[in-house]
Amino acid sequence: MSQTALNIHKLEEKAVLIREDIIKMLVEAGSGHSAGPLGMADVFTALYFHVLNHDPKNPDWSERDRLILSNGHICPVRYAAMAHAGYFPISELKTLRKLGSRLQGHPHRTSLPGLETTSGPLGSGLSQATGLALAGRLDQAKWRVICLMSDGEQDAGNTWEAAMLAGKEKLHNLTALIDRNNIQIDGFTENIMPLESLRAKYEAFNWHVIEIDGHNMQEIIDAFNQAKAIYETPTVIIAHTIPGKGVDFMENKWEWHGKPPNKDEAKLALHELRTLQGKIKSEHQ
Amino acid sequence: MNANLNPKLFDLDIELVPSRNGFGEGLVLAAEENDQVVGLCADLTESTRIQAFAEKFPERFFEIGVAEQNLATVAAGMALGGKIPFISSYATFSPGRNWEQIRTTICYNDVPVKIIGSHAGLSVGPDGATHQALEDIAIMRALPNMVVICPADSIEAKKATIAIAKNGKPSYMRLSREKVPTITTEETPFEIGKAEIFYEGDDVTIIATGQMVYRSLQAAEELKQHKISVRVINCHTIKPIDKQAILKAAEETGAIVTVEEHQITGGLGGAVAEVLSENFPVPLKIIGVKDHFGESGEPNELLEKFGLTKEAIIKAVTQVIRMKV
Repeated sequence: MSQTALNIHKLEEKAVLIREDIIKMLVEAGSGHSAGPLGMADVFTALYFHVLNHDPKNPDWSERDRLILSNGHICPVRYAAMAHAGYFPISELKTLRKLGSRLQGHPHRTSLPGLETTSGPLGSGLSQATGLALAGRLDQAKWRVICLMSDGEQDAGNTWEAAMLAGKEKLHNLTALIDRNNIQIDGFTENIMPLESLRAKYEAFNWHVIEIDGHNMQEIIDAFNQAKAIYETPTVIIAHTIPGKGVDFMENKWEWHGKPPNKDEAKLALHELRTLQGKIKSEHQ
Repeated sequence: MNANLNPKLFDLDIELVPSRNGFGEGLVLAAEENDQVVGLCADLTESTRIQAFAEKFPERFFEIGVAEQNLATVAAGMALGGKIPFISSYATFSPGRNWEQIRTTICYNDVPVKIIGSHAGLSVGPDGATHQALEDIAIMRALPNMVVICPADSIEAKKATIAIAKNGKPSYMRLSREKVPTITTEETPFEIGKAEIFYEGDDVTIIATGQMVYRSLQAAEELKQHKISVRVINCHTIKPIDKQAILKAAEETGAIVTVEEHQITGGLGGAVAEVLSENFPVPLKIIGVKDHFGESGEPNELLEKFGLTKEAIIKAVTQVIRMKV
């Protein structure tokens, strides 16, 4: 458990702040992806403030859990979570995608301490996580490997090559999580390339499968805990999420996969986040 | 000659050994020295000669199956975890099929994965063009952070294997299937990035890599009888290229021929041309495969058909000397 573990209510509040920063970063950058980062804000909050064994002041700590983000395009949520966790100042978030920034448009390992790998080209994360888990097992290390993937990159053959190897090697120190938000850049996943039944596919590759509500903090934490207890098989958590979660006009719209809000849209998005979509009247700033 | 080459260099009974054998021996030595060395293979364990390592260190060997994209990316992950992974396959498949994975997860990540591409060049022979890698130097040379090595024989391949295990960088080593003459000895110098003069001369320089070094030496020996003094440079490291050796050769001999078992686009000849044209332009002839795929045939038949022979080198040397001003 992280040194900064928060209770469920505090985690939910933290997720809202991270969503606000995602909107602010994107409008400042003028390009980037909106739906995926918002949809994964709860998972990232749970990871950085409860699940991960890590030390933001010592990002190279050898005993840290390794978090591989395969779908690098949702990096605004990782950057925001890292900043809130104390890896770097929150003010640096506004440098996203700018010349000279450590916050590259897709994450670059050697640019920013705390990133485990470089990612963006889809389908390469699970195999790197598998390699890391093999290295950890060789060293009899206690740290675990967590790999976050999109559903769209389940189209990629490389993903299934890795799934096969991790199943063969019985890598119980590896937990994958698929952001099952049903959209990819060209449209809905089941129209682009049907993925169902994802559960049956992973089970056939000798993985333990857990399905959760990816916006329920308790379910997210419970799933990662359950994965730790599973022996002799890797675990995949299929997290059902709403792309654009928290901003009404972005939710479930595949059109928001790959674009940022403009200034007016950002203002509206921040208002929605600050009032929990109109449920509360006292908007904080 | 001062490179401590095989005393039987120009004898008919010179030993013939495939360069991939040297990799197999070198990897065992590197692994004995450093327990972080691991091996991964994509279902070609015996023919890429990683088998000796797999038998000696079974707990450090991983069979990935016919999945070269996974081969590269799993290795990248192991390197992120502190290992020094050697991945072996045929060069057409790795680094051929998995180029983007190598680019992003190995080179841009700057992790020390060692890509061993066996069965490179036309001399693969009867398997035909699908299995004859002729573009691998070009696609690896274009990648930032990557080191590219093409040993001249098995002894050099052994030294190169031990050297890349220690260099801390993404590295590609190109190997041959076919037996090639063992021209070097254990005493021949080898340092990554340092081309060696294997034959002294001052009228013209041949810069060769891989098994073409032997044919270049044969050409130089024959040209000597015609009073043409040829320098032969073994350019085992194609990236980083030894600019100093190339420019010295240009200044002292005034004309250059490059020889490689690879497309003329983007290979050794291209690397040498980049150095010369910007710094000290001299007449240059590039011997290689001219924008063609290979085909089935015996290795020597193919090298003859595609103009990678001693005779072709001699012809290019005489032409390039005439171009000297």
